Amino acid sequence: MDEKSAKKEKIPRQPMPEQKPEVRKRNFEEVPLGYDEETAIREAQRCLQCKSPACVQGCPVSVDIPGFIKLIREREFTKAIRHIWERNSLPAVCGRVCPQEIQCEGMCILGKKDRPVAIGNLERFVADREREHGTGDLPPKQHPTGKRVAVVGSGPSGLTVAGDLILKGHDVTIFEAFHKPGGVLVYGIPEFRLPKEIVYSEVNFLERLGVRLECNVVVGRTVSLDELFEEGYDAIYIGVGAGLPRFLNIPGENLIGVYSANEYLTRANLMKAYLFPKYDTPIVRGRNVAVFGAGNVAMDAARTAMRLGAERVRIVYRRSRDEMPARAAEIHHAEEEGIEFHLLTAPKRFIGNESGRVTGVECLRMELGKPDESGRRRPVPVEGSEFELDCDLAVIAVGAAANPLLTQSTEGLEINERGYIVADPETGKTTKRGVWAGGDIVTGQATVILAMGAGRKASDSIHKYLTWGW
Amino acid sequence: MFEILKRHEMADGTVVMNEISAPKIAAKARPGQFVILKANETGERIPLTMADTDPKKGTITVIYQVVGKSTALFRGMQVGEKYQDVIGPLGQPTHLEKLGKVACVGGGTGIAVLHPITRALKEIGNYVYAVIGARTKDLLILEDKMKAASHELEVCTDDGTYGHHGFVTDVLRDLLERENIKLVVGIGPVPMMKFLCKLTAEYGVKTLVSLNPIMVDGTGMCGCCRVTVGGKTRFACVDGPEFDGHAVDFDELAKRLDAYKEEERMAYEKFMKERQAG
Ligand SMILES: Cc1cc2nc3c(=O)[nH]c(=O)nc-3n(C[C@H](O)[C@H](O)[C@H](O)COP(=O)(O)OP(=O)(O)OC[C@H]3O[C@@H](n4cnc5c(N)ncnc54)[C@H](O)[C@@H]3O)c2cc1C
Ligand SMILES: Cc1cc2nc3c(=O)[nH]c(=O)nc-3n(C[C@H](O)[C@H](O)[C@H](O)COP(=O)(O)OP(=O)(O)OC[C@H]3O[C@@H](n4cnc5c(N)ncnc54)[C@H](O)[C@@H]3O)c2cc1C
Ligand code: SF4
Ligand code: SF4
Ligand code: FES
Ligand SMILES: [Mg+2]
Repeated sequence: MDEKSAKKEKIPRQPMPEQKPEVRKRNFEEVPLGYDEETAIREAQRCLQCKSPACVQGCPVSVDIPGFIKLIREREFTKAIRHIWERNSLPAVCGRVCPQEIQCEGMCILGKKDRPVAIGNLERFVADREREHGTGDLPPKQHPTGKRVAVVGSGPSGLTVAGDLILKGHDVTIFEAFHKPGGVLVYGIPEFRLPKEIVYSEVNFLERLGVRLECNVVVGRTVSLDELFEEGYDAIYIGVGAGLPRFLNIPGENLIGVYSANEYLTRANLMKAYLFPKYDTPIVRGRNVAVFGAGNVAMDAARTAMRLGAERVRIVYRRSRDEMPARAAEIHHAEEEGIEFHLLTAPKRFIGNESGRVTGVECLRMELGKPDESGRRRPVPVEGSEFELDCDLAVIAVGAAANPLLTQSTEGLEINERGYIVADPETGKTTKRGVWAGGDIVTGQATVILAMGAGRKASDSIHKYLTWGW
Repeated sequence: MFEILKRHEMADGTVVMNEISAPKIAAKARPGQFVILKANETGERIPLTMADTDPKKGTITVIYQVVGKSTALFRGMQVGEKYQDVIGPLGQPTHLEKLGKVACVGGGTGIAVLHPITRALKEIGNYVYAVIGARTKDLLILEDKMKAASHELEVCTDDGTYGHHGFVTDVLRDLLERENIKLVVGIGPVPMMKFLCKLTAEYGVKTLVSLNPIMVDGTGMCGCCRVTVGGKTRFACVDGPEFDGHAVDFDELAKRLDAYKEEERMAYEKFMKERQAG
């Protein structure tokens, strides 16, 4: 026993093979290449199989982490994926995009002395293996209940609800405003971080289970919630995300070449503007790019700009490095790809030429003052520190807000002062009978796994309602 | 879904009408609203106003001018073919009110956008003067329909080949002098709307314009369609497309419409070359 655990500690965290920075910064292929079986097993052997595993507490949906890792060790890959599915229906996505360092891996006991178990990489491994070599067998479905559920929005939250309820025997239709399903997973997160094929295979899986998908339906415009009830739906889940771009509200923001991150990433990802003119949607290809913000969205925009041929890409952020909200891996990847970070810097106004194109941005230096309500030290401008930064493309990635399109057109649905839908955190129930909501449209822009967690709670509650009443 | 049921060309083949099967949209659409169409997998999302709808038949009608790659691609689509995606109805419907005498002024393909609004204004009891114009006689569209949709119609051509020789704004000035016009609806190319608004401002007559900025989603999630109205940024796809013409920054709109001029030219040339080759 002693000998075995001594051996265990000697295994270092297995590095993830990746495309080299100088190569990948000019292509859209995925950056991390994935573990092979032997590497995965070796990494799985590092896990101490804790009796009361801290890692599980760090996971918002409580994936049985030691459980599935043990199955990897035993080469029971199919069993491992089934085990994860019990808690998390999109492991190929979560393994890639969860902020593991503050969730599961952040709590892993190994992290105290050494580096934590690469839980995300292992989750990704079993999910990818299932997609590529699995049996493709469908899980068993319960008897049809005759109840009909409408899911509005096909992001991770809506997909989770659809998957849960179809298995419980309900008839499920997803309505999606865009021409393709997946929400942020397809229009926001770039191909090099989450290949779209993965999202479509998850959606295809749901369709094979019997979920109907209707794209090009803008609920609130094409059809209202009340009309869906009239059409015979018994329950409705709203998972429309936080799809409203925030701007900086500074002069010059409507110059050509100043984009919201939503627009920039939608053009690049969903519309495949990086393949223009094979695809018809154009995009400004900046040589000298400034991205405002330092979250995942900002990193995605900066790295996309680099791949679209930029010579120089700068992240401009008004706080300091410690406050950058992006996943650690993305910041690291961005740095490796040559993206520069201008911290404690805030934009004041955009500068343009006579044809209305952006040519630069005037910035101010900031210093850290007293902590604000979020506990972070508030950046305050240094007087007289104005300076100009040249750019021919600017992307604003300072957050998203609630899109009012659906809520404005729906009676009886309470929203809070910021426009988000009010829903019970335990059940997802809204103030409108028969309507549930979850994900970013309730919490504001958060994470994939939280949106899925909210979907799981709501689907339990919807199932109860369809069985027992409101 | 989204099958082309009828198709014909107008204005010397530079303008095309499509009647498209889209029952859900037809059931909901109101004058002033638009749809977004995407022809195929590699296509871009193109906004077009609904020139007509038939909820019973489940159809919508669009009338578009061929100006670049995507509209040239649309032009090649025949009866029986399908758009891959049609999304709508989008935008705010026209705010319709009975005011008395109103003038509906359209230029170029703007007339297609103007027609359903004109008809609706007449239906609710306004006395409607319509003024429509084109560069030359052959490019004029929807004369008969506009005649039926209004009480009095005046036609203008820039080159004098038909109707009044001159601009729609000349005719409108006479109307404003002569009649107690309560509202002007002006829809056409940006320069036309800009001058029209200048004119109606002189007379202090409320003016609605329909703006056509570049769009992507059409649901308020990208901000591509932002326009400055009364010093504030608005999203034309959800707050518009109609706005108080006297508050619109037309110069900014005109510049933003040129954002992709180079790319558009390249895409169009490539498309025409490929079409000739294949
Ligand atoms: C660029 C970017 C990068 C991100 N990176 C990460 C990351 O690395 N890790 C992480 O955990 N999280 C990340 N996030 C956040 C995460 O993607 C979101 O929290 C999550 O997608 C929210 O899921 P959702 O299902 O609530 O909504 P969304 O994913 O936003 O999906 C909502 C869907 O509803 C549709 N919809 C909207 N309105 C209507 C309507 N009226 N009718 C019909 N359909 C409608 C939308 O088109 C969309 O498809 C990122 C977000 C962005 C934008
Ligand atoms: C709300 C709205 C309603 C419209 N209704 C009509 C209509 O009823 N009939 C009609 O003929 N035209 C209409 N248009 C304009 C029409 O969308 C453009 O002519 C069309 O997109 C041109 O595409 P293209 O690829 O053929 O030409 P391109 O060569 O790509 O573009 C020509 C010009 O069209 C504009 N344009 C390009 N892409 C877009 C886009 N994605 N969205 C909007 N404008 C764009 C630009 O100013 C560009 O310079 C409308 C536009 C809007 C916003
Ligand atoms: S779902 Fe996310 S947080 Fe949970 S175990 Fe997987 S990677 Fe970690
Ligand atoms: S905390 Fe770390 S070592 Fe313990 S079970 Fe979880 S992953 Fe394994
Ligand atoms: S077109 Fe995207 S917000 Fe209007
Ligand atoms: Mg085009």
